[in-house]
Amino acid sequence: MPNIDLSIKLCNIRLNNPTILASGILGTTKALLKRVAENSAGAVTIKSISVEPREGHKNPTVITFEAGMLNAVGYSNPGVEAAAREFTDLQDVGVPVIASVIGTQKEDFVRVVEGISGLEFSAIEIPLSCPHTPGFGLLAGQGTPQATFEITSAVRRATSLPIFVKLSPNITDICNIAKAAEDAGANAITAVNSMGPGMIINIEAQKPILSFKVGGVTGDALRPIAVRCVYDLYKAIKIPIIGVGGISTGRHAIEMIMAGASVVGIGTGVYYRGVDVFRKVCEEMTQWMQENGFSNINSIVGGAHD
Amino acid sequence: MIEQPMMVKICDIIEESSTVKTFFFESNMQFEPGQFVMVWIPLLDEKPFTISYIQNNIFGISVLKRGLFTNALHAKKIGGTIGIRGPYGRGFSLQTNSNLCVIGGGIGMASLSAVIDRLNLTLKVHQGNVTVIQGARTSAEIIYQKRFKNMNLCTEDGSVGFKGTTVKLFGELLKKQRFKQVFACGPEMMLYKVVELCREYCIECEVSLDRYIKCGFGICGQCDCSGHRVCIDGPVFNMEELSRMEDFGKTIMTKTGERVIY
Repeated sequence: MPNIDLSIKLCNIRLNNPTILASGILGTTKALLKRVAENSAGAVTIKSISVEPREGHKNPTVITFEAGMLNAVGYSNPGVEAAAREFTDLQDVGVPVIASVIGTQKEDFVRVVEGISGLEFSAIEIPLSCPHTPGFGLLAGQGTPQATFEITSAVRRATSLPIFVKLSPNITDICNIAKAAEDAGANAITAVNSMGPGMIINIEAQKPILSFKVGGVTGDALRPIAVRCVYDLYKAIKIPIIGVGGISTGRHAIEMIMAGASVVGIGTGVYYRGVDVFRKVCEEMTQWMQENGFSNINSIVGGAHD
Repeated sequence: MIEQPMMVKICDIIEESSTVKTFFFESNMQFEPGQFVMVWIPLLDEKPFTISYIQNNIFGISVLKRGLFTNALHAKKIGGTIGIRGPYGRGFSLQTNSNLCVIGGGIGMASLSAVIDRLNLTLKVHQGNVTVIQGARTSAEIIYQKRFKNMNLCTEDGSVGFKGTTVKLFGELLKKQRFKQVFACGPEMMLYKVVELCREYCIECEVSLDRYIKCGFGICGQCDCSGHRVCIDGPVFNMEELSRMEDFGKTIMTKTGERVIY
C-alpha cells in the first residue's frame, strides 16, 4: 500500500488536504469555521463581506430539489467593521482562512480588503459572479473581462495576499475572463460560482418559492458544468484552479482534480453529507488513490487531459 | 428529502390568548416534541415555528402576533393555506424520569406544550409527575389554560398567579420539591438563569434556543451559537453542550449576521 499524501500547496499556502469550505456555506462565524476545520477541511472561506451591513433577501432563501440546491441569500453579512471584530485571531481556526470580499464597485472591494488587512487571512477571494443579488456580480456587470480586469487590478494594488477570482459558469467563454483576471494579477481562479439563476415554482401556491423568485443552482446539477469549465480553464491559464461545483464525494473531488483543479471547494456537499463531508471526501480520495496506485495528489492534477 | 414547502390547509384555529392563536393542519410528517417547521406565506416571508400540538396526523403551531409575518398569519381563516417544510431540528430527549419540571416563558411555552403532552402520556405509565411553570407579562397572555390543569402561573404584574418571573417561581419550588430533569423555553436570559439554578441543584436540564433561521437544514450558518447550528444541532441543547457555548445568554446574531450583546 503506498503512503498517501493529500497535502498540497496553493499559491504558497500549505493545505493538509485539497478540500476547501466554499464561500456562503457556514462561514458566518469564527466558531463555525473552526468546527469545519475540525472536520478536516484543508482551508475555509468566510461568507462574503461587503462595506455596509446587508440583510439579504427575505426567506425562503435556500431550498433544494432532486439534483441540488437553489439559493438567493442576497449576500447578507454584517459589513466589514463587524466582520473585522468577528474574524480576529484566525490562527485559532487551525487551517488557512480565505476572506471572500464583495462590492458594488471596485472602490468597495478595496475598502473591504483594507478593513480586514490587519487580520490573519491567508487569501482574498473576489466573487464577480453572483447571479442573484442586484448591485453585485453578474447583475452588476462584474462578469466581463474588462470589469474583472479592473476590479482585480484594484484589489491587487490593495493587498499582497494571494487573490482568487471566482467566476460564473454562465458565460460562453470563461477562459477570456479568467485570462483577464490572470493578467490583472490574480493568483488563482475559483471555478465556479452557482449557475443560472434558476427558478422553482410551487404549483399549489402558483408562485416561485424563493422570495427573490430566482436563485443560483448548485449541487449535483452543477457538477458536469463545473468540471467542463475547469477542464477548459486548465488549458487556458497558468495560475492554479480551485474547482467548485457539486462535489460531495471523493470520486467527485478526484474528477475535478483530473479536470485541472489543484484543490476543490465544497459547499452544497455539507447539505448532502453533513459538516464532516470534508473528512469523508478525504477518506474516499485516499482509498481511491490506494486502490489505483497513486501516492501524491499533485500527480493527478490535470490527469484527464490528452 | 427535498427541502421545499408543501401547501397545507388550516383545518382549525384556537385563540389561546389575546395575542396567541394556534393553527392546525394535517400532515403525514413525523414530529418529535421540540422540533420545528418553516412556515411560508408566498410573496411575504418564511419563519420557524415549533410544533405545539401533535395529535396523530394533525399538527398545531402556536403563533404570537408580533410583526408583519405573524400578523399575516393571524389574519388567516380556517380553509386558508400556508406552506410548511420540515420537521427540522433535534427535539427534547424525553426520559421517563419521575419529577420533571417544564418552564415556559411567554411564547416559549409553545415549544414545551408538545413535551408536556408526551410526558403526561408516558408518566401515566411510570407514576411520576410533571410540574409546569408558565410565565407571562399579564394574565391575558397566559396560554393553554384549558389544555393543562394545575399549571404554576406567574405574571410580571401579578394579575394571575405568582407575581414575578419564572426563574423566581422555579427557585421557590426548588425549596420544597426535587426535580430530576428540567425542560425550558423562553427569553434567553431566563434560560440562562434556569440553567444556572439547575447546575446549582444538580438537575439535568434541556433548553430550546431561538435564533434567526434561514435554511433550516444546517448549511447557511445564520443561526450559529458558538459553532452549534441552532436549526439542526438544536434547537434543544443540554447543559453539557450549553457549558461549551459562550454565546449562550450573551450574544445573538441579527439578520445581517452582526453579533449583538444581550
